[in-house]
Amino acid sequence: MEFLFIGFFILSSALILAVPAGRKHLISGIPLLVLLVISSWVAMPAVFSEESSRFLFRIPLTGMKTVVFSIDALSGFFILTVNFNALTTYLFAGTSLAGHLNHHRPIWISVHYLSFLLLHASMLLVCTQQSAFPFLLSWELMTLSSFLLVIFDHTSRTNLKTGINYLVQMHLSMFLLLMAFLVSGEKGSYGFDSLPAFFATHREFPLFLLFFAGFGIKAGMIPFHTWLPDAHPSAPSHVSGFMSGVMIKMGIYGIFRVISAVQHDFLTIGIFVLVISLATGIYGVLQAIVQHDLKKLLAYHSIENIGIIGTGIGLGSIGLATHNKDLALLGFAGGLLHVLNHSLFKSLLFFAAGNVCNATRTRIIDRMGGLAKKMPFTAFFFLLGSLSICGLPPFNGFISEYLLYLGMILNIHQAGFYGSIGLIMAILGLTLIGGLAVFCFTKAFGIAFLGTARSDACKLAVEPPPPSFTGLMLITAMIIAIGFAPVVFVKPLLSAVNATFIPVAPATLTPLLQNLGMISLSGGIFVLLVVGIFLLRRLFSAPRTKSVAPTWACGFHAPSARMQYTATSYADNVAGLSGALVSLNKEMKQISPGEIFPEPANFTSHPVEKLEEWLVNRPFTALRRLLRRIAFLQTGQIRHYILYPFLFLLLIFFLTLLNLL
Amino acid sequence: MTLVSALIIPGIIIRTKSLCSGRKGPALFQPLFDAGVLLRKGVVLSPVTTLVFRIAPSVSLASVLTAVLLVPMGRQDALLSFSADFVYFTYILALGRFFMILAALDTGSSFEGMGANREALYSLLVEPVFLLLLGTYAMFTGYTSFSEIFSHFYFSNNYAFIAGILGFYLLIQIAMVENSRLPVDDPKTHLELTMVHEVMILDYSGPDLAIIHFSTWIKFALYGALVSNSLVPSGWPVALQTGLFLLLQLSFGIIIGLLESFRARNKMTKNPQFILTLTAIALLVFTIMLLSSYMSSK
Repeated sequence: MEFLFIGFFILSSALILAVPAGRKHLISGIPLLVLLVISSWVAMPAVFSEESSRFLFRIPLTGMKTVVFSIDALSGFFILTVNFNALTTYLFAGTSLAGHLNHHRPIWISVHYLSFLLLHASMLLVCTQQSAFPFLLSWELMTLSSFLLVIFDHTSRTNLKTGINYLVQMHLSMFLLLMAFLVSGEKGSYGFDSLPAFFATHREFPLFLLFFAGFGIKAGMIPFHTWLPDAHPSAPSHVSGFMSGVMIKMGIYGIFRVISAVQHDFLTIGIFVLVISLATGIYGVLQAIVQHDLKKLLAYHSIENIGIIGTGIGLGSIGLATHNKDLALLGFAGGLLHVLNHSLFKSLLFFAAGNVCNATRTRIIDRMGGLAKKMPFTAFFFLLGSLSICGLPPFNGFISEYLLYLGMILNIHQAGFYGSIGLIMAILGLTLIGGLAVFCFTKAFGIAFLGTARSDACKLAVEPPPPSFTGLMLITAMIIAIGFAPVVFVKPLLSAVNATFIPVAPATLTPLLQNLGMISLSGGIFVLLVVGIFLLRRLFSAPRTKSVAPTWACGFHAPSARMQYTATSYADNVAGLSGALVSLNKEMKQISPGEIFPEPANFTSHPVEKLEEWLVNRPFTALRRLLRRIAFLQTGQIRHYILYPFLFLLLIFFLTLLNLL
Repeated sequence: MTLVSALIIPGIIIRTKSLCSGRKGPALFQPLFDAGVLLRKGVVLSPVTTLVFRIAPSVSLASVLTAVLLVPMGRQDALLSFSADFVYFTYILALGRFFMILAALDTGSSFEGMGANREALYSLLVEPVFLLLLGTYAMFTGYTSFSEIFSHFYFSNNYAFIAGILGFYLLIQIAMVENSRLPVDDPKTHLELTMVHEVMILDYSGPDLAIIHFSTWIKFALYGALVSNSLVPSGWPVALQTGLFLLLQLSFGIIIGLLESFRARNKMTKNPQFILTLTAIALLVFTIMLLSSYMSSK
């Protein structure tokens, strides 16, 4: 059985390598689908009836070496999310790569598809491994395969650079996790299983911090987020969607896993996670607002949404600490649901953005405009993604944010003095994040898709052929389903969370589910109202004259596309208000007073990543300067290098002689 | 009821303002007649616009009407009432606004882009104030939906009284900001560069414009209803409650008219500061209520 399994994957990989470039997409679907069906099949009972399962997998040709797969509700949930996203990514990958097939050698296309399959498989492994070393191995596999995906367009130097930056940071994460596992494990048994015993007898926060840093790098929590806004724009769009949709969630999975093992110290951990997450959310969305690059903007939104998910985790832990069952339940469930939701709308947005970037050959929002007319389907999907990422009803993003709000509001009355203050601050933070997201996405959609084209490439943009929208339509169906019938999705989630995290006497679900029913009802009424009013409007305007006249510009009759509001001007007032966190680096050449025949002047601005500047760039520049001072030791002459150990020995000798050692 | 009062408030405001500035002013229902005329007119569309532009007014009105269903009238429960429905209220209004902003950007006009940008900024700043206030009420009363919060809101002690008055002040100011009235925006202004809401809808005409007017009025009356609700005593029979509610709505209109008459518009750059001050006041309300619930319990 096991032999058959491994053999199948080796054979299909060989097949991918063998077939011509145009066929590789089709062939790689086979192993993907097989893995997808099998893993979903085992994950389903874990999520929907909370039956955790364990099974052994004997590795062929190694004697009796086995790998243990264990799937509980938490793993099952993540597996299903990963699988859905992998399916839609695969469906979109063909379109996304279509333009590249001629630029790259066939072997590189094969490597790309193989790494995609490997990334999917390694994420499934990450979700199912409890023991430290297989877990870290899968973690490493995930890093390497995603690295290969990021540097797909390896002809550009910046892409290579960001890829290597990504690789380095991920190994930092790996190292931190390795340390955390080594600290926590007993001899012979390292892994998540040994965490509860360790937490029960030691101080919990330091170890949690170690895990949090390790997983936080993957998830993109500040201040470890700096790889994210560089890597996503470099990667092809389907890879960005996949990485942002589910790969960074593996960090979240890890944090959930560790929290489920924590025994006492939920309060410190909860407050810590909550504060970091709110900061992550606000920082992410503020940075997103000032970005010119569409994909970078989306990347910063991933950071923001990780913040929202983290807020859920923080609230859940605080709820556990203070024995507020509703808060614990709704916090964790809201966070988990947001994992799923974000994986849906973020991949939708990245795929739509990918279509835009392929069609216009630019990622700069200020050079787009009027695309809704040229690419109506892409525009529709981007709009839908924008609405749901902003958490607006009746779409899915609202449901998860509502769960968080509900948890806070249900508990604010009996939360105690400091609890109330904390909760009201969390409400404030979450609202601010929501408002800023609305600001950011009215900018992104409004400037890129509406108005008139700002460049010639935009005027010539065309939509990819309709079959490429299959994946996007699947996502849309899910977004609408979660938005309008949240009970179907939230109910199993709530009972899974109840079983996993809340130790005694699970909270009652009925009143919570009733609220969600009311939300479905309101959503339905809202849609009926929109349709009704729109039809009424048609009824009224049908018999009247309809005329077409240019947009009013105060009587000015030669408006040009460049006179429109741009993304930069749109973002200007928020950038001005948020002062220290966000800044634009402006470069300009001014006309000096003495110039009679002025040369052409220009003006450019780049958003500055402040945290990266202060936490990474400056310390490292200082370090490099320090190291350069002692570089005189490195002369490149062998006799000097022989002298150094000799001097060292002498030093040891004299120190021993003087009894100083 | 809110809808009925929505029809009359704009007329009242205009009449109050006219009287204050020494004019006789138009008839009480003149705004309604104007809207009627608009409904009978044709539509002028810009060739730049897309479907977003045509659907936005409908979405906006629908979102406001859905919000109406959430707000109780007097002491009668709202038609839709559930825990944390005020979060839904805020977000559904944000949805309507999202579409209006997009519609403004859809025209490709630099003026409308500017208006859209301002609207987005002000609403993003004012949303936290509203949720902060309602969150505070939820903490104070221990109830979690509009209907319950307003039916259990009472002035139990001096702290609550002070906080209640500040709360009314905040609600009125939020209503002003959300509906683009003085001191943030002046609905009467006639220079595109200084407008916020009016400049966003420059390119609308005919029935679309009428729909936008309707949704603005209803939204305004909606915030009025929030203020009025907490003043209607619960023991009264329904007919009296309704009467008092309408009366309060009328006086809300008059108060707004008076406020607008004796107040100048802020400088554009001052507006964020003004709204942030409201946030600070909301935090003050929170502090007072927090203290009051812990002082009284000990």
